[in-house]
Amino acid sequence: MSVAEAEKTRERWQTVMSGPAPEHIKMHTRDVCVFYGAKQALFDVDLDIGEREVTALIGPSGCGKSTYLRCLNRMNDTIDICRVTGKIELEGEDIYAPSIDVVELRARVGMVFQKPNPFAKSIFDNVAYGPRIHGLAGSKSDLEDIVVSSLKKAGLYNEVSDRLHEPGTGLSGGQQQRLCIARAIAVNPEVILMDEPCSALDPIATAKVEELIDELRENYSIVIVTHSMQQAARVSQRTAFFHLGILVEVGDTDRMFTNPQDQRTQDYITGRFG
Amino acid sequence: MTEISASAPVGTDNDATRPKRRDIGIKRRYAAENRFRALGIGAVSIAVLALVFLLISILSNGLSAFRQTFVAFDVTLDAAVLDKAGNRDPAEMAKVTTIGYGNLLKKALAADLEARGVSTEGISSKEIAGLLSKEAPAQLRNRVLADPGLVGQTISFKTYATGRIDGYYKGRVTMESAALDSNVSPEQLTLADRMRGAGMLTVGFNTGFLFGPDASELRPEAAGLGIAILGSAYMMILVLVMSLPLGIAASIYLEEFAPQNRFTDLIEVNINNLAAVPSIVFGLLGLAIFINFAGLPQSAPVVGALVLTLMTLPTIIIATRAALKAVPPSIREAALGIGASKMQAIFHHVLPLAMPGILTGTIIGLAQALGETAPLLLIGMVAFVRDFPAAPPEGFFDPAAALPVQVYNWTQRADPAFVERASGAIIVLLVFLFLMNLIAIVLRRQFERRW
Repeated sequence: MSVAEAEKTRERWQTVMSGPAPEHIKMHTRDVCVFYGAKQALFDVDLDIGEREVTALIGPSGCGKSTYLRCLNRMNDTIDICRVTGKIELEGEDIYAPSIDVVELRARVGMVFQKPNPFAKSIFDNVAYGPRIHGLAGSKSDLEDIVVSSLKKAGLYNEVSDRLHEPGTGLSGGQQQRLCIARAIAVNPEVILMDEPCSALDPIATAKVEELIDELRENYSIVIVTHSMQQAARVSQRTAFFHLGILVEVGDTDRMFTNPQDQRTQDYITGRFG
Repeated sequence: MTEISASAPVGTDNDATRPKRRDIGIKRRYAAENRFRALGIGAVSIAVLALVFLLISILSNGLSAFRQTFVAFDVTLDAAVLDKAGNRDPAEMAKVTTIGYGNLLKKALAADLEARGVSTEGISSKEIAGLLSKEAPAQLRNRVLADPGLVGQTISFKTYATGRIDGYYKGRVTMESAALDSNVSPEQLTLADRMRGAGMLTVGFNTGFLFGPDASELRPEAAGLGIAILGSAYMMILVLVMSLPLGIAASIYLEEFAPQNRFTDLIEVNINNLAAVPSIVFGLLGLAIFINFAGLPQSAPVVGALVLTLMTLPTIIIATRAALKAVPPSIREAALGIGASKMQAIFHHVLPLAMPGILTGTIIGLAQALGETAPLLLIGMVAFVRDFPAAPPEGFFDPAAALPVQVYNWTQRADPAFVERASGAIIVLLVFLFLMNLIAIVLRRQFERRW
């Protein structure tokens, strides 16, 4: 059976909505399917990302939550065999439309990765790179202002203010991850995607990053993939539970963790599988 | 499992409760490790020994090429011989051939020996003149034609002693061997000793070896590497300029942009195969395409460089691709994630990180090209070239030699004096390689310091 036939015959999955949709929708996704070659990784995901709130994506490994996240700024484009169907809108604009410039999109939807990946440049240049290539700074002092304010927002400035011109790779893991967050916010995005940002960090660094996420919520819409349900409960306002490429349940974080509607959600958050 | 651990008393070492261990031969494992280590040390020692032997043999043979025996004496430039018309017209004076100058030198040397009180008893005047290099008349003639005002004056003239006399002072020729040699007699050697005592014969640094052109089979003392060094340098510059951008561009395209399909697989296999093609095949290709088809001149550094570029490209492409592949994908993702285009990600972040690897590959490729002989033979760089190529860019199209071809050339010549010349040329070649590696190391440090 070909992929297309499978698509037609398959029953459409209905996501359980526990609670109302977010009031202000930043990103609106409908029927998102992702294929890696002939293999389908995501099935009809309908999910709305609220403005200025943290949406956590949870689920067991291989459930498609990272794949979904990478659809939101078209990072999947870099994988040759990957194909995305469905509708993904940022502020009502289809981001997969031919008129959309992917470079511009990624400036609006920033990303922080699982492993801290600072550039092999100085701390200053790491943060300044984005503003430079997007022409955000009119002058040298403008650029310095952007770098300093981004580092301050990322809660890193006090730790590195005296060594801005030393390599970013010389920082500790937690500092590197916050540097990556500073780098992402330096281009002034609207949405920040975080792919398990704390999985390579120790608990203290994790706590700092979580604190930072909570602060960033004031200005940005954040989508975070996490394996830690405690983390999801701590930092997010909405939680989406993925299982086997299906968005099983989505709703208020408090409600999801206290009163999940779907049996599988309940099993997962109580630790019965995954 | 929980039951077993619960029943075992905590804190006591009870063998009975532990599962029996199979004998896995710890001693044998350590012995194997030690054997392997000894093997490794042996292999390294053999390699080091081979290198030491190579260096010793080349240095002991070749270092003497940098020293040379010179003869200095006064020559009166007789106007009656050199300028019969008497008007100092170089065109007129050029009618006097080296034979005329040779006779002049013969007389001048004999006269100077007498003037200095060096006894020439029992030695024919032909034998006395035989001490001088066959290059001497030509040297004097060039000097006079360049400055006709010298005619009529007495000048001090310094020229090479012939290869046999030179060999006498380097231990290659002895009294016994001279007695059997038709080219030199023991009497000549004793005369040379007397001349040395009188200060007419000196041994000094041989600048002609490094800067002079090649000389014919009969005058090894005058053979120099100047044109070969220049030709090799021209070729290396051209190879670098052509192969580095081409190689990097091809690698970046294949590694970062090319779609993964059968066609790119085919290209990849062929590039790898190209690296294994015997170099003489590239010479044939160069002869067919660059000389016969494109009509480029023979023996020209530009043709040599084109052929060597073709040869070097696979090495550079393979090394560059490996270097690009070694850059962690997270760096690309990081750049793409903040909105860099693919090209920005590659040129701002991936390429600088890959640069040390690319440079190493390039230098390895260039070193190979520098030492390559076979393809150059086929495109005519084996020719005997006496005229220096011009300055670039015109010089790239002038006939020139190359260092390894010069070595090959000299090892084929009969006169034993060329053995030392060939070894000396190898030393120069090795110095070239050493300098290139040094540059590579310095550049690599420079790039690595940028993290």
